[in-house]
Amino acid sequence: MRFVDEFRDADKAMALSAQIAALCEPGRHYKFMEVCGGHTHTIYKHGLEDYLPDTVQLVHGPGCPVCVIPMGRVDDAIAIAEEPGVIMTSFGDMMRVPGGRGSFFDSNAAGADIRMVYSPLDALKVAQANPDKKVVFMAIGFETTAPSTAMTMLRAEALGLTNFSIFCNHVTIIPAIKAILDSPDLRLDGFIGPGHVSTVIGCRPYEFIAAEHGKPLVCAGFEPLDILQSVYMLMLQLKEGRCEVENQYSRVVPWDGNLKALKVINQTMALRPYFEWRGLGFISHSALAVNEQYAAFDAERIFNVPGVRVADPKACQCGEVLKGVLKPWECKVFGTACTPETPIGTCMVSSEGACAAYYNFGRFTRERVKEATRTVDIELSPARP
Amino acid sequence: MCLGIPGEIIEILTDRPDLAKVDVCGVKRAINIGLLEDEELSAGDWVLIHVGFAMSKIDEREAKAALEFLEGIGQAYAEELAALSESNIT
Repeated sequence: MRFVDEFRDADKAMALSAQIAALCEPGRHYKFMEVCGGHTHTIYKHGLEDYLPDTVQLVHGPGCPVCVIPMGRVDDAIAIAEEPGVIMTSFGDMMRVPGGRGSFFDSNAAGADIRMVYSPLDALKVAQANPDKKVVFMAIGFETTAPSTAMTMLRAEALGLTNFSIFCNHVTIIPAIKAILDSPDLRLDGFIGPGHVSTVIGCRPYEFIAAEHGKPLVCAGFEPLDILQSVYMLMLQLKEGRCEVENQYSRVVPWDGNLKALKVINQTMALRPYFEWRGLGFISHSALAVNEQYAAFDAERIFNVPGVRVADPKACQCGEVLKGVLKPWECKVFGTACTPETPIGTCMVSSEGACAAYYNFGRFTRERVKEATRTVDIELSPARP
Repeated sequence: MCLGIPGEIIEILTDRPDLAKVDVCGVKRAINIGLLEDEELSAGDWVLIHVGFAMSKIDEREAKAALEFLEGIGQAYAEELAALSESNIT
């Protein structure tokens, strides 16, 4: 227990921990995936794995939107930013994400005008303040942020702006979960469902996971007790032979989601036939593009986008980390060549990336990392020379 | 970006009913409340904010718990608050 940080209600956590242990069947191992990067953050920050029996394992999923942006899309965005008269705007999280030719920060230093904004509505203000420039917003995120981008396009339309566009990289969570379920290298017993994404899409879209794949899912809040309680709810379902979608975070997540948010997404965006996810490869119908009707706000139609696919660096194992196949510290370059200061892979960039969370909260000291990665190196060497 | 941060509504702007002034840990900024038009928000209500948009109405107890959690995670929350304080939505 030495890694456990103190947190509010630690005694309640201990009680939940005992209840979870009591539900474990002898000889059975349990593996649950937390889909959302925010949950990963909480788990590492509070050392929640130390509250679980050794036979209950949490694996980290693909729910960090910064982490799943493929390098080619970063290059595309930089190519747009480098066109004359363009101001690129982006959330701060995106600035250090490396593409094949460097990051937004690198491009900015080399002369491109790339500005950090808090909200797409702030990007809209940049457009209003710079009528002689073409202002592009680098839109990223799951269904949590897609409604904000949609609302901003509607506002741009209402204002009659002609110098504002969206470089749309919004992804959708359900196809990613499907890809995980179809992945042969992972056996899961259930899912800790995302919290904030579910405020938008609700709980219904997850029902196929229980009905068709026979895995329970519990939508969870972000506090340590929320996550432990969700693990308890999953364990209880397994014990009682149930397989359902349950909502632990009902104080925030409505079962039907936010209908207005879904409506504005549908109004302005359309599903792409396919989209590349870092580490997961091409997944069909897994991302959103600006639709035909709002083409005037679509940076992909306004600018010449190279669209060149860039392979991840050989040393980088973000793909395996995003699918939950590898723990962050099992990656060969974790904590050595790849750190939050000089990230190779996206999982080390975003504070919600599994690797950054692991690294920042010191689950392993550097010495321990070296020791652990050396062991994995030897195990992996025949497959990955 | 992914962090939902709780804010208390100070006032709904009369000339722009889709905007509200909120207080997030003492940082007072305008946010868009258009996605919660069915909630009939008013001053004193708490909302969870993502990138300048209120995404869900929450009760005060949930807001306090969420704030405590966010303060605990440190850097990512500090960055989000810093970004919010640079925001100037109109």
